[in-house]
Amino acid sequence: MIRQIVLPGTFLAEAGSKKAGKGTFIENDAIYSARLGILEERGDYINVIPLSGAYEPSIGDTVIGIVEEAMRNAWLIDINAPYPALLGVEESPWKINYGETAKYLKAGEMVIAVIARIDEARNIELTMKSKPCRKIEDGFIIEIQPTKVPRVIGKNASMLSVIKKYTGCWIFVGQNGRIWLKCPDERLGSAIEAIRKIESEAHTVGLTQRIEKMLRDRNG
Amino acid sequence: MFGKISAVKKDYLLGLAKEGKRVDGRGFDEYREITIERNVIKNAEGSAKVKIGNTMVMAGIKLEIGEPYPDSPEEGTMTTSVELPPLASPEFEPGPPTPDAIEIARVIDRGIRESEYIHLDKLVVEPGEKVWIVFIDIHVLDYDGNLFDAGSLAASAALQNAIIPNERHELGDNAPLPVGKPPISCTFVKFGDSIVVDPNLDEEQVAEARFTVALDEKGDIRAMQKGLAGSFTLDEIKNNINRARIHAKNIRKLLEE
Amino acid sequence: MDELIKNGIRVDGRKPDELRRIKIEAGVLYRADGSCYLEWGGNKILAAVYGPREALPRHIQDPTKALVNARYNMASFSVQERKRPGPDRRSTEISKVTSEALEAVIFTELFPRTTIDINIEVLDAEAGTRCAGITAAAVALADAGIPMRDIPVACAAGKVDGVVVLDLTREEDQEGEADLPIAIAPRSEEILLLQMDGHLTYKEFEEAIELAIKGAKQVSKLQKEALMRKYKKVE
Repeated sequence: MIRQIVLPGTFLAEAGSKKAGKGTFIENDAIYSARLGILEERGDYINVIPLSGAYEPSIGDTVIGIVEEAMRNAWLIDINAPYPALLGVEESPWKINYGETAKYLKAGEMVIAVIARIDEARNIELTMKSKPCRKIEDGFIIEIQPTKVPRVIGKNASMLSVIKKYTGCWIFVGQNGRIWLKCPDERLGSAIEAIRKIESEAHTVGLTQRIEKMLRDRNG
Repeated sequence: MFGKISAVKKDYLLGLAKEGKRVDGRGFDEYREITIERNVIKNAEGSAKVKIGNTMVMAGIKLEIGEPYPDSPEEGTMTTSVELPPLASPEFEPGPPTPDAIEIARVIDRGIRESEYIHLDKLVVEPGEKVWIVFIDIHVLDYDGNLFDAGSLAASAALQNAIIPNERHELGDNAPLPVGKPPISCTFVKFGDSIVVDPNLDEEQVAEARFTVALDEKGDIRAMQKGLAGSFTLDEIKNNINRARIHAKNIRKLLEE
Repeated sequence: MDELIKNGIRVDGRKPDELRRIKIEAGVLYRADGSCYLEWGGNKILAAVYGPREALPRHIQDPTKALVNARYNMASFSVQERKRPGPDRRSTEISKVTSEALEAVIFTELFPRTTIDINIEVLDAEAGTRCAGITAAAVALADAGIPMRDIPVACAAGKVDGVVVLDLTREEDQEGEADLPIAIAPRSEEILLLQMDGHLTYKEFEEAIELAIKGAKQVSKLQKEALMRKYKKVE
C-alpha cells in the first residue's frame, strides 16, 4: 500500500479549511503542494513530505562532514548542502595553536558535527562541542537522499534497531544523508542493501517488516 | 573528473581489497552486468546504448563524404570523439573536450583502427577525391566508472549495425558498413596492491594507476594505455593482459548475440 | 509541391489536432539528482537536474535567489547531417529561453546563492526538440525535488497548407508556413515561453495558440503519470 503522492501544483485544500505546512504554498485562497512528496495531515496542518531533494540545513542538525580545507583558524567542511560550512578552532574538541589546524583534521578526513548557526546569507557554522561529535577514524560512509533519513532511522529508531540487530553494525545517521557504518564482518553488504532498499521504498507502508525479513533471510 | 574523495572511503576500499573483496561484492575479475541495445537512434547511421552497471553510454555513427588523407587516397577515414556532458555527472562541466575525454576517445580510436575493424579500403567513392568519413561519437549519459570499456563496447556495437547512407547522397542503395571483427577493451585499476577489473566510480576515485588493453578476436594486442600517476610492475602488466584475454572472450560473445 | 494535408489528414496520418506518440519515464539516471527520458514522435531526449548546489565562481551568485541554468545540447548523431559537438547560436538561444521558462515556476528565493543546473541532451531529433526538452526538464525538476508552483509543459502548433495544426513533424516544420512553440504552467495557462516564426493572421494565431495550449495540457497529464509511475513501483 502506498500513501498519497502529490506533485508540484497539486491542489490540497481551501486556505480557510486547513493551515499550510511544510512543502506547500498558498495561491488565491488555496493550498497547493510545492514538491513531489507524500501528503500528510497533522492536526490542522497539511504538509508535503518530500520524496527527493537537496539537504536543507537546520540549526541543531547532526551531520557527517568531509573536510575540504584546513585553514589557519578554521576548517571548511562539505556537509552535502548547497552552502559551505565552517568549523572554527574554538568549536573543535582540541586546543589548537594558530596555523596548526591540519595536524588535527586535514582535507579528506571526516567528522560528526552539529550545526550551530546559520546566518541570513546561509553561511553555516558548525560545532563539535556536543555529543556525539567526533572525528571519524574508520568504518565506511554511504550517502542517501537526505529526505529518506527519517525512514532509515524509523519511529523511535525502530528501523535502525532492526538493521543493527541483524548485521551487528554500528550505525550513525547524519541528517545530511550521510551514514557511517562500522561492521564486524561482511554483513556490511546486507546493511548497505537494506539502507538502499529503504531509500527506494521510503514512501510505502510495511517497510520495517520487509527489511527485517530481508535481513533475517540474508544473515539468519 | 572527481570531487572530494574521503580518506575514510579510501582506507575502507584498501582494507576490503586486502581480503580480496570489493565494495559491491564483486570478485577482482568480475564485470558488472553488461547490456547492449542496438539501433536506438534513427538519425544515426548506426547506434548502440551500452550499460556496464550504472554507467550508461550512447554511441552514434554518422557517415559523410569528404577527402581522403593524402597518403592514403584509396581509403575512407574514421574519427572518434567522446563527450562528457554535464548530464552524466555532477563533476562534468560544459565546454570543449577535457584531456580525460580526449584520452578516452583516442584510446578507443586506436583499438578500432589498429584492429582494422572498419574496412576503410571499401569506403572509397572516387579514388583520391571522395571517400566516406566515419564519425564515431560517444556520448556518456551516466558516469559510474569505466568509460573506456563502456565507450569501446558501444562504439563496436554501433559500428556492427551501421549502414552506408548511399541513398541520401544519390549513390545507390544503402549498404551495411563493411566491418571485420571488433576489438574488445578491458580496463583495470590498481589501488594499494590490488588490481581489479571494471572499476566503478568509488574505485576510480581511489585508483593510483589504470591500464586498458584492446584485444582482437585472436587475443592479440591492438592497443594499450597506462593512465594516472601511479605505476605497474612489468609482471602486473603481463598479468593484466592475460586476465583481459579471458574477459574479452566473454564480452565478445555478448557482441555476437 | 506535394500536399502536406489531404482531406484533413496529414502526411503521417494524423488529424490537425492530434499529437505524435509520447512516452515519458522519470528517474532514469543514477548520478543525477533528478532525470527524465522522453520520446516525442521521433525525438529522444534525456534531461538531468543537479541542484540546488553552490553557485561558483562566487561572483555569479545571486544573494536573493537560486540561478536557473538550463543547457540544451544536441548530440552529434542526433540529426541527419552530423552536428559538430559544442554549442551553436541556436542551442544557446534555446538554452536561454528554456532557463527563463523554467525559472518562472521555481521557488528560487528558497535557495539563495545556489544554482539549479538543468541539462537537456537531444539524442535523436525530429522537430519540436525545444518543446520536448522543456517538457522533459520539468519532469526532471520535479523528480529532483525542486519546489515549483506547477509543472511546466511545452507544445508547438503551426500552419501547414493554410491549415492550423498541432505538433509539427520535421517536414511540416520545414515546408509549412508558421511554427509557434509555447510553454505554459498548466494550472493557470500562464505563458512561460512563446516564440513564433512564419506568417499568421491574428485569427490564425488565436486558433494556433488555443490548439497549442490544449495539446500542452494533454502532455501535462503524461508528465504527471510518469512521475506517479515511478513511485507506484514497489518490490
